[in-house]
Amino acid sequence: MALRGNLKDVGLNQLLNLINLARKTGALTLQGEGSAGNAHLFFKEGKLIQASMNSQVIRLTDILVKVGKLTPDQAKTVNARSKVNTDKELGLLIIQNGMLSQNDIIQGVKSYLLESVYRLFTWRAGAFRFDANILPPEERITVAVSLDHLILEGSRRVQEWEQLRDELPDLDVPVKLAQRPEANLRDINLSVEQWKVISFVNAHNTIRQIASFLKIDEFQIRRIVYGLQTAGLIEVIRPAAAVSAPALPLAAPTFRPIGRSVLLRVIDRLRKI
Amino acid sequence: MQTVKMVVTGPFSSGKTAFIGSVSEIPVVRTERKISDNTRNIKEQTTVAMDFGRITIDKDLALYLFGTPGQKRFDFMWEILSEGMLGFIVIVDSARPETFREARRILDTFRSYSNTPFVIAANKQDDEDAWPPDDLKIALSLDQDMRVLPCIATDKNSVKNVLLELLYIILESTADEPKPKRKR
Repeated sequence: MALRGNLKDVGLNQLLNLINLARKTGALTLQGEGSAGNAHLFFKEGKLIQASMNSQVIRLTDILVKVGKLTPDQAKTVNARSKVNTDKELGLLIIQNGMLSQNDIIQGVKSYLLESVYRLFTWRAGAFRFDANILPPEERITVAVSLDHLILEGSRRVQEWEQLRDELPDLDVPVKLAQRPEANLRDINLSVEQWKVISFVNAHNTIRQIASFLKIDEFQIRRIVYGLQTAGLIEVIRPAAAVSAPALPLAAPTFRPIGRSVLLRVIDRLRKI
Repeated sequence: MQTVKMVVTGPFSSGKTAFIGSVSEIPVVRTERKISDNTRNIKEQTTVAMDFGRITIDKDLALYLFGTPGQKRFDFMWEILSEGMLGFIVIVDSARPETFREARRILDTFRSYSNTPFVIAANKQDDEDAWPPDDLKIALSLDQDMRVLPCIATDKNSVKNVLLELLYIILESTADEPKPKRKR
């Protein structure tokens, strides 16, 4: 029996908490909304062991390049020597060639796994399905990641996400370069992503359009735009903030005790119906 | 005649009316109206004031079951119905996770009215998409000591078990006499 639902009703942190507490084994499939893509997470006895995004099988060498453990040239060399290209074979070749230790590989895979899953915490909606007792293919390298820390860090990122959303509630607004002729821009260092965003800033492109063109998710674009805005390099137009609903008033307790003999009569009668 | 009252609550279309109908010895007194809004694709009619069922205990005592309206716009009825209740049951449609948050809100609201004992009935356990009670408990962020019971509201024995479990909890919360041995 699969557990199905939508992230807007049961959030990812709640789902992971359920998998953690119930020590579940199986596959969690998430289908993000719009262009968010999909994700497959695998768990064994309540621990995250493998994840893949957008149904892509990424080779171990590519993962290790992404997390900075291997250079592209080293990855190319290992891939050329590999006969079957399974993760386990690639791992052995990397160790035999003295490029990395087993621990380096495990840490690299773990780091990639965590970063992939942290991004999912920003998904506010999307269908999910948990199928029990399904494990990833045997040739994939798996690591056991405790969900306690992952949930905490994910929740922290959600908070960061919510703060960013408060700062930039509307992505359908254009941004423009700040008019600050007096500013000294000599000591400002921008990342590659920030440069890419800056290059699309004009009075016509909205933040969402820039993100869509650069294939950056909402969390990242908010982070980048907020950073550029805080540095005084770009300006955005802010809509008015929403007003939160008032809390429910609490009434005084009104429990009226009833005699045990009455209760026993009710129980006795109910047993017989 | 003395009466005792239990309240059956839960989100829209969770199975409250069916729950009461399964054990009531009288046809459930229903205050239903045709649905006019977009929830109509879930069911045709809904409870607007309350459902009422009765189980005669003996010549001097009767158990009344009151079902609350499930739609949010009728929630002004909840506090009125909760007055003097012995305990309450929150029915959750285990196959519709989109209602879990609402179920939790209803539970919190009823707990704010009164500190009477309660149980959560994980209804529609015969549906292949139903979440098991243990998973539901975690999804609803319930405390460890809160009871989530499997339930099929259309099955008399299943409903009877839920009512009995609630009565045992109520009994445990009262002192004096020894607790009876559980028997189904």
